Amino acid sequence: MSDVELTPDEVRHVASLARLGLDDVEVERLGRELTSILGHVNTIAQLPIADVPPTKHANPHGDALRSDVARSGAPRQEALANAPDPTAEGFRVPPIGA
Amino acid sequence: MSGAWQRDGYEAVIGLEIHVQLATASKMFCGCPNRYGDEPNTNVCMVCLAHPGALPVANAEAVRQSARVGLALGCRIPDASEFSRKQYFYPDSPKAYQISQYDQPLCAEGSFHVPGEGAFTVRITRAHLEEDAAKMIHAGGDAGRIQGSAGSVVDFNRAGTPLLEIVTEPDIRSPEQARRFLTLLRATVVAIGASDCDMEKGSLRADANVSIRPIGSEEYGTKTELKNMNSFRFLERGIEAELERQLALVRAGEAVRQETLHFDPATGGLTSLRSKEEAHDYRYFPEPDLLPVTQDQDGLAALAGQLPELPVARFARLTGIGLPEATALLLATEPELAAYFDDLAARIGDPKVAANWVLGELQAHLNADGLTADASPVTPERLAGLVALVVDGTINQTSAKEVFQALVEDTAATAAAVVEERDLGQVGGADELGAIVDEVLAAHPEEVEAFRGGREQVIGFLVGQCMKASGGRADAKALQGLLRERLSA
Repeated sequence: MSDVELTPDEVRHVASLARLGLDDVEVERLGRELTSILGHVNTIAQLPIADVPPTKHANPHGDALRSDVARSGAPRQEALANAPDPTAEGFRVPPIGA
Repeated sequence: MSGAWQRDGYEAVIGLEIHVQLATASKMFCGCPNRYGDEPNTNVCMVCLAHPGALPVANAEAVRQSARVGLALGCRIPDASEFSRKQYFYPDSPKAYQISQYDQPLCAEGSFHVPGEGAFTVRITRAHLEEDAAKMIHAGGDAGRIQGSAGSVVDFNRAGTPLLEIVTEPDIRSPEQARRFLTLLRATVVAIGASDCDMEKGSLRADANVSIRPIGSEEYGTKTELKNMNSFRFLERGIEAELERQLALVRAGEAVRQETLHFDPATGGLTSLRSKEEAHDYRYFPEPDLLPVTQDQDGLAALAGQLPELPVARFARLTGIGLPEATALLLATEPELAAYFDDLAARIGDPKVAANWVLGELQAHLNADGLTADASPVTPERLAGLVALVVDGTINQTSAKEVFQALVEDTAATAAAVVEERDLGQVGGADELGAIVDEVLAAHPEEVEAFRGGREQVIGFLVGQCMKASGGRADAKALQGLLRERLSA
């Protein structure tokens, strides 16, 4: 049904880009599912659509811009309210690149 | 000095990526204030913190300012441009993607000429609009550095600041050219008013793509990327260090590895930041939450017509009225100084004299007091009053410096009043000078004899003695004339 068959290594690469940990069973299952999805896209690609510009937006109008006017945002306490490990001033995160 | 960097048959190939924070009132995609230096996380909202369901709306002024910069860089501004998502995971990016532009940037294909000795032109690949990341405050480790850090706190005030990324073609051939290009580009963006381009505050940041290749080769060598060099000097030194490093590798028969490097100005060393291959799998795709931005070419033509005089044009104008290239370039790259110069030159009618004052006394005072020219208490009007007294011979250069200092200290004083009050008027009359000269010659018979015996340089000593006797108020040229007259008699 599809010309494109995702290899287990490709599945692992995509998973690592998305920061997902997959075991071998999941790699096999997701490989099958992703291959099937790519197959659907492939079907569309076979249609005579070379002259049709990509529909990136359902809205046909461009230029939804706003004026450059500043307004105050959220109070800091509110901004930090949902953070798992806030300090008094900011969002604490684990060390990087250790 | 302005030539290409070439060593052992290799030449430098350098391209720059310059990030300019736009000086808008609000952020790129939300209405939070775009302001540097506020308390952490006080200019944030659901959009720039990426709460689920919060939607971005692009800032019209950021689009307009970007187009103005693009026009100044000779770019084509396409009828439509589009935002894209650039995916990466890092705590400074709350959405886990940055809204940027990919295959349809706001500005495309420009070119930027750097005039002066060893003039060169750099093609602009593109300039695209995006949002700045949040600021990481790293606890432990070296200040601001990533490696060796013990933990971090994120400040989202900067997240969503409008950022214009200007990308050049690899047309730069030496570290010095990179510095000159960036200096003129900065001056251009500042002149337009799109950004204050303050490297210390990070509103102007430059990354360099650096490689070397055999001279005459058309192909590019493997490049490395030098990140965030936060001064013109570090940019130049960082690129220089990287070129030397690559040359040493190639000489030793080793390959240059594609990587991102951090330049440490304290040690002059370069450290690798992360593996490039992984980091560059950004999986761009069109941003579904934002509509394309369209441009009206008539409107753009009007925008281009409203640009102020740009540094390159100013350079041409200043060399055109007889200023030396180096002087013209200095003035061309300092907008406040240039405006001051224009005002002063118009008042005194002599551009060269005006340039000498602006780049001499005025600039020394501005540097010492940490001021820009427009903020100096010595306005062009007051300085013109002083220059007039020098030109008409009322005071000499030494006194003029004293008067200038008095104008700095007392903002109500005029040059004429200072001269009168301190009795700085030049001892000018031939009688007065003649008496001084005679006195000095009588007091130094040995020097007189030496001069007559052919030791010409003694004249300097005698002029000095006369100047001293006049209380520093004599015209040195007139003194010298008189001395020669008497000595040859």
